[in-house]
Amino acid sequence: MTRRHTPRIAIAVFSAATLALGACSAGSLGSSDDEGSGGSKVALSFLTDNQPETVKIAEGLAADFTAKNPDITIKVETRPQGTEGDNIVKTRLSTGDMTDIFMYNSGSLMQALAPQKNLTALDDFAGQLDDNFKKAVGSDGKIYGVPFGNYMAGAILYNKEVYDKNGLKVPTTWDEFQANNAKLKAAGVDPVIQTYGETWTSQLFILGDYHNVEAATPGWADQYTKNQAKYATTPAAKAGFDHLQQVHDAGYVNKDFASAKLTDGLNKLAKGQGAQYPILSAMVSQLIADNPGSENKIGLFAIPGADAAKNGLTVWAPNGLYIPSSTTGDKLEAAKKFAGFVASPDGCASMGKASTPTGPYAVTGCKLPDSVPQAVKDMQTYIDKQGASSLALEFLSPVKGPALEQICVEVGSGIRKADAAAKLYDEDVKKQAQQLGLEGW
Amino acid sequence: MAGLAPAAGRKRSPYPSWFYLPAAIVYAVLFLVPTVTSFYFSLTRWSIFDSQFIGFDNYVTFFREPALVSGLWHTVVYAVITSGLKVVLGLGLAVLLTSQIIGRGYLRSVVFFPVLVSTIGVGLTFTILLDPEEGLINESLSLIGIQGPGWLTDPSFALFSVALVDVWKGVGLATLIYIAGIVSIPQEYFEAARVDGATAWQNFRSIVLPLARPATFTVILLSLIGGLRSFDLIWAMTRGGPGFTSDVIASVIYKQYQAGFYGLSTAGNVVLFLLVTAIIFPLSRYLNKKEVDL
Repeated sequence: MTRRHTPRIAIAVFSAATLALGACSAGSLGSSDDEGSGGSKVALSFLTDNQPETVKIAEGLAADFTAKNPDITIKVETRPQGTEGDNIVKTRLSTGDMTDIFMYNSGSLMQALAPQKNLTALDDFAGQLDDNFKKAVGSDGKIYGVPFGNYMAGAILYNKEVYDKNGLKVPTTWDEFQANNAKLKAAGVDPVIQTYGETWTSQLFILGDYHNVEAATPGWADQYTKNQAKYATTPAAKAGFDHLQQVHDAGYVNKDFASAKLTDGLNKLAKGQGAQYPILSAMVSQLIADNPGSENKIGLFAIPGADAAKNGLTVWAPNGLYIPSSTTGDKLEAAKKFAGFVASPDGCASMGKASTPTGPYAVTGCKLPDSVPQAVKDMQTYIDKQGASSLALEFLSPVKGPALEQICVEVGSGIRKADAAAKLYDEDVKKQAQQLGLEGW
Repeated sequence: MAGLAPAAGRKRSPYPSWFYLPAAIVYAVLFLVPTVTSFYFSLTRWSIFDSQFIGFDNYVTFFREPALVSGLWHTVVYAVITSGLKVVLGLGLAVLLTSQIIGRGYLRSVVFFPVLVSTIGVGLTFTILLDPEEGLINESLSLIGIQGPGWLTDPSFALFSVALVDVWKGVGLATLIYIAGIVSIPQEYFEAARVDGATAWQNFRSIVLPLARPATFTVILLSLIGGLRSFDLIWAMTRGGPGFTSDVIASVIYKQYQAGFYGLSTAGNVVLFLLVTAIIFPLSRYLNKKEVDL
């Protein structure tokens, strides 16, 4: 019987408090009205992808946030990664069935969600965010997300012990890279690891090469968006496809490249069976989790291009955390509070506790701990140097074709030649551009 | 004769026509409306919320799709291989399993068992068995000194490997249909043949094969339709890869949908619908006519 009274008492307390506070409170967002929310518990749902490290971070954030705000609980739900996950996010958004908060890519994939219609603007937190990230989650002058995770690089992870044993130096041009590969092959090590068992991992030679494209032809992304520049007709852009073909043709890849998965690739690299693995730097955390003690064994260098002086790193902005427009009322207030927490040094600390940070944070005032892995230190060197890093193409242009993974697998397996692949990809992006209603397509 | 017509008419509808209404509403809402709207949406550029009418552009784009031409070809190859093998193997197994062999009931259930297993489960299991480096099949082959190919990763094998797994999974149903067909052949024919001193082959050639023809037609039709719209097994095993080498029309459509090209993938579905109709409708008419001739 007593339990039945509790909500009524709570409501009475709540309304009394609201009345009392109504006169003086400015109703500012994010300030914690402890008396005001005394009785109203809010439960939020939070959708994230199912990569183990991501889930750890999401659950860590939820727990740390609830510790500070006992009235708000957050339940983490997971979805698949890759295109299957894109599908789920889009379908749930279009049916108004999205969780109260969700994690999703920033950049071109986020633009494809039609943010003006489907997401709640989070301009209140703009002051806390770094400029590159704001570009990646911005649309029509508003920002729609706060950063989940760290910046990462599309680069080549390499085994420093194998490099030392063979007396190799980090290459800054493609020719040096190929010379290294020849020596590694002669020494009986797989020079380049490829893992087409997970098709997305095939794209790094193209996507991670964007800094070199931009350095050779400044402003390429804009022309590309306007349908004035093409992969097939820009030599610097086509180079990525050429590189993928050369590595395959010279027999520099591991024997099981066609069926190996990401985890296999990371383990090969950690064990020194393979010397170099073009992959996203964030995968270092999984490599270290699976191979303890390899923090300082694995280094990182930018994908080499034609010109050593212009060589630099291609950087990916962190994923974003978004609030769909279907979240309203108390839940919206609570969700915004959570977004504010994530975009604060406390949020960074919580993320860093859950999983080894693998790159710089996008929140002002967040610092990386001193004990980061070697690959992250290498990455920082590029970022600190003026003009030695650029955002990846997907953050500068909304145009990205859906079949790039398959096309790269074809080139990397010797099924299709680089020239034909570049042309095919140019056709593929056309559909995306038309779907987005861009001008000039 | 004229006097009979109204009576026949009354006989045809013993219930008032609004009795049809509930079924008609369900049918209209779940089948007719989506079909008609999908024809409309196939003419639009359709994003999450809005759609823009663009005429036949989607069809133009769809037919320009490089993966589509190879996808169409793969679809036909896949359908013909699976259908053909199911007919041959199904008939052979049915003849075996209708003869007097030991453990017939057990063997019949063993052959039928794969039909009951989830396709995705079968796909994932065989993906592991067929792994080029660590898979059981290639490891067994290497024991006898054969270097097995990359069943699912070699472009020239991928589609065939998936087709063979499809046959493994589907041959039970074909066998079942054939067993029913063979069992329903009157024993008199076999007795007469025995009196004439016919051999087993002559029995098969002149009695089983022609009299099991309805079963053959059913197996061909079902497996061809299944082959043309096959998707789940291919998606579970290769996702159309490596590259586009095992893409069939259904997986091409699915990938368009995943990429958010809803209008384009709807256009693809209309094409698939027309393709299946164009192949199956005349074939079914032809086969049925043959059956009447029999």
